[in-house]
Order: sequence, then structure tokens, then C-alpha cells
Amino acid sequence: MVVETQYARFDSLSLDCGATLSPVDVAYETYGRLNDARSNAILILHAFSGDAHAAGLSRADGKPGWWDNMIGPGKAFDTEQYFVVCSNVLGGCRGTTGPSSINPATGRPYGLSFPVITISDMVRLQKMLVDSLGLERLLAVCGGSMGGMQALEWAVAYPDRVVSAIPIATTARSSAQQIAFNEVGRQAIMADPDWNGGDYYGAKPPARGLAVARMVGHITFMSDESMRVKFGRRLRQKEKFGFDFSVDFEVESYLRYRGSQFVDRFDANSYLYISKAMDYFDLTNGTGSLTEAFRNVRARFLVISFTSDWLYPSYQSVEIVNALRALNRDVAYCELPSNYGHDAFLVDIGEQTEIVRGFLASTYRMVDGA
Amino acid sequence: MKGSSDSRRRPFVREILGRSDFAIIGEWIEQGARVLDLGCGEGELLEWLAQNKQVEARGIEIDSRKVQRAIARGVSVYHGDIDQGLSDYPDESFDYIILSQTLQETRRPLHVLREMLRVGRRAIVAFPNYGHWSVRLSLLLRGRAPVTRCFPYQWYDSPNIHFLTIRDFQELARREAWTIEREIFLSGHYSGRLLANLLAEVGVFLIRK
Repeated sequence: MVVETQYARFDSLSLDCGATLSPVDVAYETYGRLNDARSNAILILHAFSGDAHAAGLSRADGKPGWWDNMIGPGKAFDTEQYFVVCSNVLGGCRGTTGPSSINPATGRPYGLSFPVITISDMVRLQKMLVDSLGLERLLAVCGGSMGGMQALEWAVAYPDRVVSAIPIATTARSSAQQIAFNEVGRQAIMADPDWNGGDYYGAKPPARGLAVARMVGHITFMSDESMRVKFGRRLRQKEKFGFDFSVDFEVESYLRYRGSQFVDRFDANSYLYISKAMDYFDLTNGTGSLTEAFRNVRARFLVISFTSDWLYPSYQSVEIVNALRALNRDVAYCELPSNYGHDAFLVDIGEQTEIVRGFLASTYRMVDGA
Repeated sequence: MKGSSDSRRRPFVREILGRSDFAIIGEWIEQGARVLDLGCGEGELLEWLAQNKQVEARGIEIDSRKVQRAIARGVSVYHGDIDQGLSDYPDESFDYIILSQTLQETRRPLHVLREMLRVGRRAIVAFPNYGHWSVRLSLLLRGRAPVTRCFPYQWYDSPNIHFLTIRDFQELARREAWTIEREIFLSGHYSGRLLANLLAEVGVFLIRK
């Protein structure tokens, strides 16, 4: 399946912070075919560092999408049955307007003059895209981690447009621990002299700071066990300690590699803005009552968490599920066994595939009346 | 409090009843009712009720593998235990709460039953009868903890922690002022009322507050 990223442009988008962005570009991809009844559309929502290229092989560089193991013919999101859409989030750096985009007012990249955005701003932009594609109702909105936040926001903000929601490994509000890790990442970027107050476009980007931020991120995505299995205390291409600060251990080599790789494809300012949007995310709007937040929700839910995910622990999913159950909403929940930590929704997909497929099929039957 | 985490548990009733427990419960539950099955396993009963009675089906199950199978067949199941699982529901959220073959395994059976009758307008409770003659005889003659068809476990290996007879349940219902709307006593392919506490291997009750 060779795919191509497409682009849509919208005149303006009003943001939660009070500012208005105009115009706004959105990068998106679609897979499969929309049926005549327009009842088989699924919106996939990507996590922190994802992009519109969720599935298939990119025409540009031949690379597979970030959830290619879940989306495609015969897969969990079966593109023979469903029409699947995925777009890059607002504030991103992969084709959708973000801090690295050109500010039409100045003719230069926004940098820190880009307004601070929220998860609901991201969702409002996705809604404009979905409208422009003529999708009146979405059979499902689904995403993991920050994608799960967007799925929840969709169900709450547009209850009439969402038949089902599948939030995976996520939370209805960022916890102190999640905010803390994001802040470490931001501080690493801002401590890099090359960051230059966010004004580094056309110059040397803050690669060191961004790489360190990503290293911290990767630690939080894994589990103690997955790191033990993957690296243990193995040394990297040496028999004994180097007694210096070059790479000794495999785990160091891995983190450095992932850090430097990330720098090539991600913008440091996007890191700041998107992580801030996650920190601000609180479906209860500070009231603390998820039940109130979900009161108008009509979607049926499949909530998934993973046993070894300590970044988005299961209790956060249970909180979502219990609030929905208190309202008698149709909600299925499973904590899947996995040793892969938060990464599980991307890599440990066997059981996830089984339940997503079944849930979608039964939802589709309800809609279709078949 | 446990759901059915043990793969040996629920199927044994099926052995005795064939699939007739579906039929019994199916007969008691009206079209379109809201039903919650506690310890629903892989959701077979709920799927059957959804298809044949168009009920709004929900389940609670503690075993991850079974939850996955239930969700895969399209049944909305909550992965959790029965005790915690009920407390979040408002009063009278369901028309029927089903507890099949799990009462004797719960840590606080009376609490579970009261919660069922809070969350549901009616409860359907099925349990193996500890008063069956084979149990009595086993203890009397062998002087050992009974191992029978309905209680197939050695004492050290049993999930059952609260043993009750049909008469015990009827007594409890009287004491708690629950109305027993229907009761059915089963043994093999036999069902009848005669000497139920001695002859029945399984009792199935429909109760309300």
C-alpha cells in the first residue's frame, strides 16, 4: 500500500488562548474507501511525536507508517472495510501548521510567537478537516497516549459526530508525573544555547537539548523489564569498562541513537508546544468531575491500558471507565498484559488487534443495522 | 471478591445443564432489558441474550484473557472484580444482574447480593447446592471434604469459600425481605421441586427487593 500525504488549508482557527491562526494547513493521509452511506470512517489520532503517515509505505521515502501494524488490509483497522483518516496535529512539524511554519504576518517562521495551543484546539482543527472531507459521523476515533486524549476530547466536544471512541494508554488529565517529565524535556531544549529563545530557524537547531529531551522520553516509554531484557548491563562493542564518559553500556548507545535520530525529524519548538498542550489537558476543566465532563457523551467506548505502562498507569484508564459507567454509558475496558511499558500500544499489538477488531465490527453492525 | 478467574469454573454448570441455563435465563429476561452479567467469562451468555433478546448487555470479568475474548465478540465487558465493579453504578442501573456460579466464591456474598439488588431491579443467582445428597453422603461416609460433580475441587485447591444450600439461600431471602419471584432446581436433565435441597445440584433464583 503506497500512500501519499495530502494537504488542506483552512482560513482561520480560533484558539483556547484567545488568539486566531490564519491560515492553517493540515497534513493528512487516508486509507481504504468511504462507503456510500459514509458510515465507515475512522479517525486515527497520533501521539506526541507521530504524524499523518500512519500506515502504508510513503511514496516520498518508502517508510512504513507509525501504526502500519494496526492499519491496513486485514489488520485491526481493516482498510478493506473502513475508510481511515490520520492528520498531523496542530503545532506539529510534519506538514500541519506549527511553530516552524511561516508566519504570514512577518514572512518568517513563528518560533515563540506561535500561540500556545491545547488538545481541544487540535481537535477543533481535525473537526474542520473531517467536515471538509464530508464525514458527518465517525465510526470511531482512536489513538494512544496523546492520541487517546484527542479521542476523549472528540467524544466530549462532538458527541453527535462520534459513534465510538477507543482511547488507549491515556488519561483524562495529565498527572504531576507526566507534567514533570514534559518539563524536564522542555528545560533540556531551552538550556541548549542553540535554542536561542526559539529563534533558530535557518541556523543551528538545538540538537543537543532536543536529543536529551527525547532520551528522557524513551526511558518513560519503556518498562524496567523491557529495558532489562533489551539491554541488561551489556556493554557496547567492548569487553570491559572504558573508564571514561564515552558509551559503555548498550542502553546508553540506544538512547543516544534514538535522541540523534529524533533531531532529524522533529522540531524543538514543536516539542515545547505539544508537550505544553498535554500538560494543560484536563477533560474536567479543573472541576475534577469526569462524570460531569462525560455527561453529554453518546459514543460507545473501548478503553485499553497495559500492565507495565507506568507513564500512563491503568488507574487513569479505570478513572475514565468508572466515570462512564456511573453514567451507564456503553464502555468496554481491558488491561492488557504486556512488558513493553507505554510503548506497548505501538509494538505489542497482538491482543490489542483482536479486541479492536471485534469492537469495531460490533459497532459497525450497530450502525449498519446489519 | 472474585470474578471467574479460573478456567475450570463456569463450564461445569454447562456440563450439567447443557446450554439450558441460557434457556432459563433467556426465558426470564424480557426483550430489550438492561442486563449485567457478573463474572461473565467470555461473554457467551451476553452475546446470546443480545442476539436473541436484544438486551443491552454488559459484563464484568476479572480474567484478562476472557475479557479480551468477550470484547472481541462485541460484548462490552469491564475488566475488574465484582466488588469494586458494582460500586460505581448508580441505583437501578440495570433490569437484571446475573451472578452465575460465582456466589460461593465471593469473599462477601451478602454484600455482593445487596449490591446486586441496589444496582439492578432484579437479580438472577445460580449456585451449586451444598445440600445435595452426594455432598451429604460424601462427608458422612468418607469423613472427608466433599468432592462431587458440582464441587469437583480438593479442599486445598477450591475457589469456593462460602458454601450454601438451597435452603440457606431461601432463609437468607426471607431474612433480608427479598421476594423470590422464581426458583428452579436442577440436577442432570431433571428439574423439579420435590426435595429440592436434597436432589438439586444447582439452584437458580430470580429475586427482587
